[in-house]
Amino acid sequence: MSLVSIQNLTRVFDVSKPWLNRVIERLPKRYLTAVSDVSFDIPAKTTYALVGESGSGKSTIGKMVVGLLPPSEGGVTINGIDLAIETDDDKIESVRSDIQMIFQDPYASLNPRWRVRDIIQEPVVARGGKATGLAERLLEQVGLTASDADKFPHEFSGGQRQRICVARALASEPKLIVCDEPTSALDVSVQAQVLNLMSDLKDEFGLTYLFISHDLTVVQHMADRIGVLYLGRLVEEASPDALFDAPQHPYTQMLLEAAPRMDGFGREVEPPKGEIPDPIDPPSGCAFHPRCPMAVAKCSAERPALKTVGESRVACWVAQGDT
Amino acid sequence: MSAEPVLSVRDLVVEIPTRGGLLRPVDRVSYDIGAGEILGVVGESGAGKSMTGNAVIGLLDRPARITSGEIWLNGERIDQLSMRELRKRRGKQIGMVFQDPLTSLNPLIPIGQQLTETIREHLPVTAAEARQRAIRSLEEVGIPAAAERIDSYPFEFSGGMRQRVVIALALCAEPSLVIADEPTTALDVSVQAQIIALLKRLCRERGTAVMLVTHDMGVIAETADRVAVMYAGRLAELGPVREVLTEPHHPYTSGLMGSTPLASKGQPRLHQIPGSMPRLGALPDGCAFNPRCPKAQDKCRQNPEPRIGPADPRAACWFPLGETA
Amino acid sequence: MTDLPQSPDTPIAVKKPSRLQEIWASDFLWQFRRSPVAMVSFAVVMLLVLSAVFAPLIAPHDPFNPATLNLMNGFTPPGEANMFTQDTFFLGTDDQGRDVFSTILYGMRISLFVGFAAVLLAMVIGITLGLIAGYVGGWTETIIMRVADVQLTFPAILVAMLIFGIAKGFTPPEYRDQMAIWVLILAIGLSDWVQFARVVRGATLVEKSKEYVQAAKLIGRTPFAIMLRHILPNVLSPVLVIATISLALAIIAEATLSFLGVGAPPTQPSLGTLIRIGQGFLFSGEWWILLFPSITLLALALSVNLLGDWLRDALNPKLR
Ligand SMILES: Nc1ncnc2c1ncn2[C@@H]1O[C@H](COP(=O)(O)OP(=O)(O)OP(=O)(O)O)[C@@H](O)[C@H]1O
Ligand SMILES: Nc1ncnc2c1ncn2[C@@H]1O[C@H](COP(=O)(O)OP(=O)(O)OP(=O)(O)O)[C@@H](O)[C@H]1O
Ligand code: SF4
Ligand SMILES: [Mg+2]
Ligand SMILES: [Mg+2]
Repeated sequence: MSLVSIQNLTRVFDVSKPWLNRVIERLPKRYLTAVSDVSFDIPAKTTYALVGESGSGKSTIGKMVVGLLPPSEGGVTINGIDLAIETDDDKIESVRSDIQMIFQDPYASLNPRWRVRDIIQEPVVARGGKATGLAERLLEQVGLTASDADKFPHEFSGGQRQRICVARALASEPKLIVCDEPTSALDVSVQAQVLNLMSDLKDEFGLTYLFISHDLTVVQHMADRIGVLYLGRLVEEASPDALFDAPQHPYTQMLLEAAPRMDGFGREVEPPKGEIPDPIDPPSGCAFHPRCPMAVAKCSAERPALKTVGESRVACWVAQGDT
Repeated sequence: MSAEPVLSVRDLVVEIPTRGGLLRPVDRVSYDIGAGEILGVVGESGAGKSMTGNAVIGLLDRPARITSGEIWLNGERIDQLSMRELRKRRGKQIGMVFQDPLTSLNPLIPIGQQLTETIREHLPVTAAEARQRAIRSLEEVGIPAAAERIDSYPFEFSGGMRQRVVIALALCAEPSLVIADEPTTALDVSVQAQIIALLKRLCRERGTAVMLVTHDMGVIAETADRVAVMYAGRLAELGPVREVLTEPHHPYTSGLMGSTPLASKGQPRLHQIPGSMPRLGALPDGCAFNPRCPKAQDKCRQNPEPRIGPADPRAACWFPLGETA
Repeated sequence: MTDLPQSPDTPIAVKKPSRLQEIWASDFLWQFRRSPVAMVSFAVVMLLVLSAVFAPLIAPHDPFNPATLNLMNGFTPPGEANMFTQDTFFLGTDDQGRDVFSTILYGMRISLFVGFAAVLLAMVIGITLGLIAGYVGGWTETIIMRVADVQLTFPAILVAMLIFGIAKGFTPPEYRDQMAIWVLILAIGLSDWVQFARVVRGATLVEKSKEYVQAAKLIGRTPFAIMLRHILPNVLSPVLVIATISLALAIIAEATLSFLGVGAPPTQPSLGTLIRIGQGFLFSGEWWILLFPSITLLALALSVNLLGDWLRDALNPKLR
């Protein structure tokens, strides 16, 4: 059974100007749909990766999954419980302690005034649990030393801080960890260390990851299943092999083509056209059609739904063979 | 590269006096860049990539300063010039592109005015001619409807468009050298591809020498002609990009290449270099890489590594890989 | 997990310095030792504060004990022997024969006490409201910050006088002199919270968006716990700077009020009261009754202020 099930998840932000400005300048209210009708499942003990460019809604989905943001529509069920509508406090508590999150910026995600021990143990202590020796044990588990527990975050490098974040995330023995670009701020050699650590811990503790990244090579290495987001919508979902060997959606193809290659010496590619459109006023039909090299008339008129094509799910008229 | 190089850096040392002692963020670095050539500079955060570039432009923040070495630009020695003289060279002979396009543009002045001012400062043209040139350079960097958008302010452009404007600004006085410090790090993959293609095209057309600082090996592979790998303020390896990336001679380059997810394709774990780059204040004796190096021997711990010069070895290493010696 | 790297620490083993050495070598003290202005003003502040605290031990006379006062000693110039009693006084005496040096020591006690207490009050109010405004946002924030803005448009001294007047109106006449000091503290404290609230709100907005606050929310910490345990410790350094500068201002505000006759009563004279009393004798030639309290006030306020300025630079990483 799936540990996480996401159904028609949608999040709309009100980005209107302040009330007074609207009245004076006669502006209407403005809404930004950051995530729109996203559905996917994450089976237990697997890694589901979300990729997409800046502003595609990756972090917003991550925050809704862990319960930091309420969805506008749709919902997230974890172990069959939907945090947004559940009323039983015990059940909420049990789901809460099953979820943890690792953030992108290792400098902002640790409270600079707290000792490492207190940071790591907080998830347990906050629930009134006993945490003697916990921090020391976890620090060794993530490749630091027990004596680091007495230090402050500023005494560590970026990679070491991210290890501390991992240790903290493990403290409450969660089942699901949402990782929002956990290695984007790190150098490749440090990234390798952190990614290896995360894979090891996954096997050891039977963790499930929702892994958010914009780096395709990292995603290919880590994921069991990959969802590609464009302007808040899932445009393709596939296994890494299928996605990288035979991408179906023109946007995925464009991303793969544009990503610089380590073996692409002197590669001359025609760079992709255009930029991501304004999310407040997205294009009609398939949101990708103004940049799409394969677009047909139907693309600007009707929005393609996410449909199963072979092993993958794709939202593209051409890929679905329905033009 | 038979002709005289555009930029020639010899044994450059940048030092920062601190309470804990003298730090050397750039330690005896030497390299050349020829006309029309793109030199990629890679390395971990803090390796001294930006510092090397800033030293060339004379933009070192105090208390950092050049304490020895020579910098030659088009046959003229520029490391001892006064700030005023250097400012004249900047823009005219050296163009700059930084990571955050917002910091390179004045947010309060329309981009057209910024362009024309730069052009008129360095070239003897009238205001009308300068404006024509400005429009042309905006068209060149792919800004649609340049003639209409020339009077827009920087905030009216998206991040990718802004970086195009910065490139137009860097190139409008037709400098012979461009220093681009992480020009695409803040941008998305698709926009990055556009910017890189643009930079490559313009430099090839004009024969501009480019120093491209980045930490993305993929960008280096696709863009650079030669690559300099930096570690703890020193050059670890310098050579033609294909050779350095496919058959690295320095163990650090080899480790760096191995730790990218692509190199370990199909394996459950990534190859990793143990440890992390030491802080400048706590460098080990001998070769700076020796505590992390799989090939380190006593010689490496006792003697500073050999330095790379124009005629010297490709890798600053006592026991380079791929050589039987 | 067999080949996890060892802790990527620096390879060279460094001897761990003792706690004391660590403090001595800290950036903060290092900067302090390099700034002569900071060291001198710190020395002056310490000297003045300590002599105020230990006034009963240091002062040659107790100016408030009528038994030890001799009216014949009135108007003795500094360092000279009195015409009638042949007593000499280091800084001279006032009209009632009180030793000016001793009254200054005791006056400084009152000034410093009022200053510290008022700043503490302003700090507590300002930090609390600033944290709430910054963290909760919405209408709560709008209301708090508008009140602060309105108060800011009036000079602080005017607000203090207003509050002083109102509070005095509520105290029964027989307690007025006794309560004057506390009313003074209330008035100055209430007139000064705005700065703290603004700075704390600004810093809270910055901290609130950081990921460690998200991480705390995620595990279900209450807003109160997040404000108190997570955000508060991170917004304290600007508060410290403002508190120091506020202290100088509060001491001057107290002196101003007392000088205007609405502050500390003559039975408990602060530096301001002393200056008011001394000012009456300036033109009859007894300059010392005015001059010495004024110099003390100036030295105190100036050195505290300089210390605050230095602190602001020292705690600002950008200026390093
Ligand atoms: N609190 C908010 N208020 C208004 N708009 C928001 C808010 N949070 C996110 N957005 C908008 O929602 C869209 C999706 O943002 P999100 O942070 O999820 O993107 P992302 O895919 O994580 O991008 P990045 O790679 O830059 O982190 C963006 O257009 C963003 O501007
Ligand atoms: N004022 C200073 N005092 C002490 N050390 C400094 C100072 N300024 C810079 N450094 C050090 O100089 C070194 C070189 O920095 P530089 O910015 O050149 O690195 P970089 O390779 O560009 O890194 P990045 O990828 O993070 O941009 C760093 O280790 C940095 O810590
Ligand atoms: S639906 Fe049309 S526009 Fe959209 S990706 Fe497919 S082909 Fe392109
Ligand atoms: Mg994000
Ligand atoms: Mg840099």
